[in-house]
Amino acid sequence: MTVQQLFFGYFFVMILALSLVVITRRNLVHAVLWMLLMFVHIAGLYLFLNAEFFAVIQIIVYAGAILVMFLFVVMLLRLKEEQALPIFVRGLHGRLFVGLAILLVLVSMAAEATKGPMGQYSIDYIQRHSHLKVLGTVLFNDFVYPFLILGFILFVPMIGVVVLALKRRSHGPS
Amino acid sequence: MDFLIEVIINVIKVAVVFGVTLLHVAYATYFERKVIGRMQCRLGPSEVGPYGILQPFADMFKSLFKEDIIPARADKVVFFIAPMIVLAPTMTSLSVIPFSEGFIIADINVGILFILACASLSVYGIILAGWSSNSKYAFFGGIRSAAQVISYEIAMGISLASVFLMAGSVRLDDIVKAQYDYPFSMYAPHLFIGFVVFLIAAFAETNRTPFDLPEAETELVAGYLTEYSGFRYALFFLSEYVAMFIMSSIMTLCFLGGWTIPKFVTDILPFLGSVPGIFWFLMKVYFFIFLYYWVRATVPRYRFDQLMKIGWKVLIPLSLFNLLLVAFVKRFIL
Amino acid sequence: MVPLNWYLILSVMLFMVGLFGFLTRRNMIMLFISVEIMLNAINISLIAISHYLQDMRGQVLAFFVIACAAAGVAVGLVLLIAAYRNKPTIRLEDFDLLKG
Repeated sequence: MTVQQLFFGYFFVMILALSLVVITRRNLVHAVLWMLLMFVHIAGLYLFLNAEFFAVIQIIVYAGAILVMFLFVVMLLRLKEEQALPIFVRGLHGRLFVGLAILLVLVSMAAEATKGPMGQYSIDYIQRHSHLKVLGTVLFNDFVYPFLILGFILFVPMIGVVVLALKRRSHGPS
Repeated sequence: MDFLIEVIINVIKVAVVFGVTLLHVAYATYFERKVIGRMQCRLGPSEVGPYGILQPFADMFKSLFKEDIIPARADKVVFFIAPMIVLAPTMTSLSVIPFSEGFIIADINVGILFILACASLSVYGIILAGWSSNSKYAFFGGIRSAAQVISYEIAMGISLASVFLMAGSVRLDDIVKAQYDYPFSMYAPHLFIGFVVFLIAAFAETNRTPFDLPEAETELVAGYLTEYSGFRYALFFLSEYVAMFIMSSIMTLCFLGGWTIPKFVTDILPFLGSVPGIFWFLMKVYFFIFLYYWVRATVPRYRFDQLMKIGWKVLIPLSLFNLLLVAFVKRFIL
Repeated sequence: MVPLNWYLILSVMLFMVGLFGFLTRRNMIMLFISVEIMLNAINISLIAISHYLQDMRGQVLAFFVIACAAAGVAVGLVLLIAAYRNKPTIRLEDFDLLKG
């Protein structure tokens, strides 16, 4: 076991354990906090994969914006689970069994995946010019149209969110 | 063996930066009270030690020995870790700041983005402190403060994007070096709009006047800090002053030239070139911290809706305009 | 040297955990959280493959996934808020007006 494999093993175990903890919490704020910890571990994994820009974007966008949105919604609407009601649906064991079966199939498929043809951006090319520069070059030269469409995809929901969240004063109390 | 030496050097660097920053922060509280006192025609603290120099130590002993009260139905675990979530990312972002040529603890390729990420993480401590206190004032103070911080993060990020565009890199070392070759050795005269936007956003990010509604004494008791006493309160205070220090450091590195002095100054007075760079860095940082105190003593505070209006309707369009202008100039003129 | 298959196994297992959470929790916020877990699993897989095949297109796609996830969560949460105004509950089985 080399040091790299040990580090990866730590991230592997922690990410899976944290995700299992996240989906079994009754208190929603605790679930979001465990998810924050999971995102920090995923950002660490991205650093392993030589993608430091994605590690930082993971923290800024996912952990710093999306989860904060979750926290705001949970806290401002005072969303709480009733203590007596069950948190899982009724057919839990059947779904668990089917899920494990699918997991077995997918894991055996992932374990014997082989690599396809290699691309042109080698690891030390990315380390020489920083990862951000290489990503920017590829994004703005080869993928300009998807990037502009992405701008629209982010712009339209921004307006939609403001429209949907406004309380309508013309109707009566709903 | 080499690895061990590297580890020891890094530990020494961390200890030095940590110690010096804590000393700075402790005396920042002292100087704030002195400077604001003088601006209000009164002496600041002057009892403890000559001219009140030992005041920070007195404050520290007081906060250590106060009773640690936890509210009745507060969420104990979250109440406990909230100050740590505010403090830890803030202190971690000290490790990527180049105080002088070559003196950096972690020379990563995405320097400033790391500081922005740490600023995003410390928002959690504020929300959780407010929520876990199980008190209406604290909760509203926490939500308001968090909303303020995440709104002004956007203006901050966009005004920094114009600096990245000019320097062509995100590494703090490269930004300072690119500035040295620029006329005036500073980006501030030419990226003036971006500089002013970042300055105002830095005031809002650290919850300082005129944007300190969440923690002002006349509003909401003390905002998200209401239920914290003793050492936990001291941790929040510590993180606020360290955040002030970090924002001032980013401003000096990105807009004022960091540890360099302008070329025309060294042409006129060549002996200034032999002064170590860290002296100029600290002078510029001290200037910004003095600006923080000056504004606090002078300016009234904004109401929360005015605060949000400024963040979204004034600063973001200005910073976008600045970015467009810089992109234009960089593409067609430079 | 960490083989690529380990990253793919991690991604697959994380995806299945997210899918399990999506199918078995009664709480609507947990559904959104499970969708986020699934999207993160996909991102891990994309960036790992992009690293091992030395191609940047995986990372570009991961970039798009992050942005679209942010937009999707924003719209989903605001729809949840609008539905909550009508009926103050977040349990899935309480929204049964279309039931036969």
